[in-house]
Amino acid sequence: MNGAAEGLVAAQPAPVPPPKPWTRSRIAGYLLMAFWIAATAGLVVYLYLAWDLDKIERYGPKFLSGLYVTLTLVGVSIVIGAVISFPVALGRMSKNIIINRLAFAYVYIFRGTPLIAQLFLIYYGLGSFRQQLEAVGLWVFFRDAWNCALFAFSLNTAAYQAEILRGAIESVPRGQWEGAEALGLNRIHTFWKVILPQALIVALRPYGNEIILMIKGSAIVALVTVFDLMGETRRAFSRTYDFQAYIWAAVFYFVMVEALRNVWNRLEARLTRHLLR
Amino acid sequence: MEKYLTLLSFGDQGWSDEIAWGVLITVSLALATLPLGLFIGFMIALGKQSKEWTVRTAADIYTTIFRGLPELLTLFIVYYGLQIGIQLVLKLIGFDGAIEINSFAAGAVSLALVFSSYASEVFLSAFRAIPKGQYEGGYALGLRHGTVMRMIILPQLIRIALPGLGNLWMILLKDTALVSAIGLTDILRQTGIAARVTKEAFLFFGIAFLLYLVLALISSIALNRIEAYGKRGEQAR
Repeated sequence: MNGAAEGLVAAQPAPVPPPKPWTRSRIAGYLLMAFWIAATAGLVVYLYLAWDLDKIERYGPKFLSGLYVTLTLVGVSIVIGAVISFPVALGRMSKNIIINRLAFAYVYIFRGTPLIAQLFLIYYGLGSFRQQLEAVGLWVFFRDAWNCALFAFSLNTAAYQAEILRGAIESVPRGQWEGAEALGLNRIHTFWKVILPQALIVALRPYGNEIILMIKGSAIVALVTVFDLMGETRRAFSRTYDFQAYIWAAVFYFVMVEALRNVWNRLEARLTRHLLR
Repeated sequence: MEKYLTLLSFGDQGWSDEIAWGVLITVSLALATLPLGLFIGFMIALGKQSKEWTVRTAADIYTTIFRGLPELLTLFIVYYGLQIGIQLVLKLIGFDGAIEINSFAAGAVSLALVFSSYASEVFLSAFRAIPKGQYEGGYALGLRHGTVMRMIILPQLIRIALPGLGNLWMILLKDTALVSAIGLTDILRQTGIAARVTKEAFLFFGIAFLLYLVLALISSIALNRIEAYGKRGEQAR
């Protein structure tokens, strides 16, 4: 009668999971993590031991002004580059073969050579044309290393941004153009109101990468006597022979890049929330 | 005009032999960095797909660090940091004296660190593009893990990763210009010396600019050839 329930075995605790085997990759993983933890700890201890109030008071404000120079240089050149990149991108998509080739040559030249070579060519090279530049009144501009850096960076980032923009605009399906045309919109309206908003979402991530590349690339202006973050670091190092200057610069750059990366991820998630399914 | 020709001639009067040496240094630095960077990058990519979270995290930390630092700063940290570190170690064992690190080696190591962190991402996405069935098919044939990797996965992986690696090569070639800052006599350094001595800055930096452009052009032609060679099986279909 009531035998069935009594015959059941009482609930047992789950069996103990078998011990995780010590595979080679597990040992390697622990060793690698131990290395990173030790490296971080070593870095913190090093910076703590090397902490020198005298040096911090003397070079701390200079580092901050260097940071400001880096940020303004990158910010302004990205904006100017974005403005220049527009006609270049349109030129790259133009059916006119001369305009197309010219835009292609511009992009190829600036993407095919190192930024530092472009900077040297503009900063040192234009000095050869001092008389001519003075005659047209441009020497005042090109005499200053900061202006030269801004000029070189703007032209360089314009080439990269033009390719980003072109890729993004071409990624918008042709049906969008046709649909807008069917609604009676003219081409300019179609471009600004229909195509560009969709293209910019595609371009968002590459733009973020380009800004990060510019922040990192801007370190080379230190070689043409602009005192950006890197320049201040080199000056501090050459005066004190204290290696912590470079470590602090690394920390500053790292925080800048990581912060931008995270902000950009948030921004992208926010702007593409309507695309989530 | 004649003045320029003399400046650009080979020999004592001209600078072409010095600049040619610079080209050689630039190209050999890039070629020396490439295998090192590819190897580290591949290892990091393997680490990123490990079953152990510790290995994955360690690999992620590596890429985050070396993608977050400017190349120039990495170069300085490796160059001066190694120098100071070795001196400290030598002082501990009783040897006192200035040690100078070979700037070529420091350049190759720091460029390889940067290259490998980007290459690992390229390899990782290539790994993800290979279906799991490829591994399973290999295991079903009784092949060992290493053999499956070498004979089945790697040939497909390289083909998928080739465009991305080609881009990284172009970036590497441009990044080699930074080593002039630590005194290596590459293209930019040699043309810079020539510019300072002769006061013809535009001429010589223009030559450096053109040389980099030519190197990029040659590389892109070679990369296209290699890619076409990699795709020759697909065209037959």
